[in-house]
Amino acid sequence: METRSAQPYWNPYVAGVGLGLVLLASFVVMGRGLGASGAVASTITAGLNAVAPAHVAGNPAFAEYLKDGTSPLKDWLVFEVLGVFVGGYLSGMLAHRVKKVVEKGPRITTNRRLTYAFIGGILMGVGAKLGRGCTSGQALTGGALLNAGSWAFMIMIFAGAYALAYFMRRQWQ
Amino acid sequence: MMAPFFKFGLFGDNLGLVVAFAVGIGMGFFLERAGFNSARKLAAQFYFTDMTVFKVMFTAIVTAMLGVYWLSVLGIMDLSMVYLTPTFLAPQIVGGLILGFGFVIGGYCPGTACVGIATGRIDALVLFFGIFAGIFGFGEVFPLVSGFYNATPMGQLTLPQVTGLPYGLLVFAVVLMALGGFYGAEWVEKKMAARKVEA
Repeated sequence: METRSAQPYWNPYVAGVGLGLVLLASFVVMGRGLGASGAVASTITAGLNAVAPAHVAGNPAFAEYLKDGTSPLKDWLVFEVLGVFVGGYLSGMLAHRVKKVVEKGPRITTNRRLTYAFIGGILMGVGAKLGRGCTSGQALTGGALLNAGSWAFMIMIFAGAYALAYFMRRQWQ
Repeated sequence: MMAPFFKFGLFGDNLGLVVAFAVGIGMGFFLERAGFNSARKLAAQFYFTDMTVFKVMFTAIVTAMLGVYWLSVLGIMDLSMVYLTPTFLAPQIVGGLILGFGFVIGGYCPGTACVGIATGRIDALVLFFGIFAGIFGFGEVFPLVSGFYNATPMGQLTLPQVTGLPYGLLVFAVVLMALGGFYGAEWVEKKMAARKVEA
């Protein structure tokens, strides 16, 4: 596989229509949209619940992910995110784009890039909790439903990212 | 009126999980096809050199929005049965800002990090651990921040309700805005490419 070179990505408008049709199908079949961060919250709750169930029951931030009589992992978003991993791998494999690599610009060390990735992830987790969703669950899903809070959230994502872009330029360019 | 199928009881929870898995495969497939497994490509959005994030996101929003609109106007789908996350304006504004900071610092959002991991990106995996840490940490301090988390509750609120404008008119306005945005995105990409050649 290493001998085959990676194929170019699709035209963004074509990929966007595909993603939009998946979202539409989810609305029509399930009556709900996409998500990602909620699956992480369910996974954490399942883990915590196994070691400290009283702690979970007493904290509404985790307790909301508990299910009656079954594991928090038996959850719609958990199964959806498992699918995201499979779909992403299938697409990457078919286009010869699966490669163990650290994505970064030429002017930053790998260690520093990974430190930034971890910090970015922490902020992402906090932001997704406060916003009640992430780019998938709020911006994309709520955007298509003209959800007022989702549009405010989405505009602020772009505002926040553009505001810090100058200070992060050595990482990417 | 028959959609959403699940809400009309056409199938149960367990089959719903199979649907979830299938929807996820579609989502992951198209995110990877768009190039969202690469943090450099995602971050380029914020330097105006590659506007793929904007193009894909708004093409997807417009596609799904038009589908939802027409299915509801034609009486095929009951829009009131589609789940709408309630609006809490202040925490959502702050949350969006923090998520935006995280996006340009980390290079992925939660969903794109999954396809990054699936295609071998180590930085996406590290970022994913960071999301776990962030959500766990938020949960642990939740009693301290729950006041702000629940501030400015506005219930299930749509843009037609906020503006008082008809649903169809707002759909049309979003389509026009997206088309204008795509034109601008193509223009700025050409401009930045020309600048790079000069430099």
